[in-house]
Amino acid sequence: MNLDRFKPKTVYVTYIATTPEKVWQALTTGDLTKQFFFGRRIEIEPQPDGLFRLWQPDGTLDVEGKVVVCDPPRKLAVTWRVMWMEELRKLPECLVSYQLDDLGKVVRLTMIEAHQIELDEKMLEGGRRGWPVILNNLKTLLETGKPMPEFDFMSDAKDALEEMKRVAREQTNLET
Amino acid sequence: MNTSPKFIYVTLITTTPEKLWAALTSAEFTKQYWGGTAVESDWQVGSKVVFRWKGRIVHNDTVLKSEPPRLLSYSFHPLHIEELLSEPPSRVTFEIEEFTGKSARQGPVVKLTVTHEDFQAESKIFPMISKGWPDILSSLKTLLETGRAIEFEW
Repeated sequence: MNLDRFKPKTVYVTYIATTPEKVWQALTTGDLTKQFFFGRRIEIEPQPDGLFRLWQPDGTLDVEGKVVVCDPPRKLAVTWRVMWMEELRKLPECLVSYQLDDLGKVVRLTMIEAHQIELDEKMLEGGRRGWPVILNNLKTLLETGKPMPEFDFMSDAKDALEEMKRVAREQTNLET
Repeated sequence: MNTSPKFIYVTLITTTPEKLWAALTSAEFTKQYWGGTAVESDWQVGSKVVFRWKGRIVHNDTVLKSEPPRLLSYSFHPLHIEELLSEPPSRVTFEIEEFTGKSARQGPVVKLTVTHEDFQAESKIFPMISKGWPDILSSLKTLLETGRAIEFEW
């Protein structure tokens, strides 16, 4: 797959006091992702072209894509189509990659969300709000054994989400 | 068009706004997670903010906003790197918001947003702080949640 058409739009870097193997395991194991990824379980065939899905706690399909790069425990990249929201399902898929760098007692985890079309900044807001929550929760889980307390994330994000849906509707109307 | 870059980093920490404020404003704390840097000030608007690192004063900046435990802002001008001296001071702002846990038994989660802005075009400091803040703030989170900062090996 030619990845050059995907342009990085959101990057998040965090340092986790653990090993790359533990970060890899957390990112690719459903029982672990459900603890830090807004309750979502991952389903993944860890090989290029393998299936990748995220499932919401109630069994709704959340995200679907394919494995593009699978180099444990260093790099994982998957295509990413948001399935749970009709407005976003129609958009071209994006690319999410995780790079894990072993720095001795700590792992640098770099998440990159890249897009193949020009998107309104408002469309990127969901990821820009969501990734820090997910990756900070992952860090807490790996460093303390439990995720952060659940908090009402949406109290802060509801307006941004509605705005995202509105812009997505405009965008898909333009393309059809 | 405004081309001046701006750095924004959000982190979430299982702590209280008061504890996070103390960690940002007390030299005893900052030395643990900020690569040995003691950040010293009385945190009154207009007062100096001095960074001491390896026995030297490496910043002599000014408090711009101080509303404990929600909002802190100061000027930012490194003095210890020759090639950076000619750049005008930039500005860093720390905003602290509290989210209540879904269950009353659980503690709050605090969102810290660090915004670093007012750089000149093609600033040499900007790429340095963009690499530096995730490292410092990751270590701060670890310190507040586990009692020990990250031991970086560089």
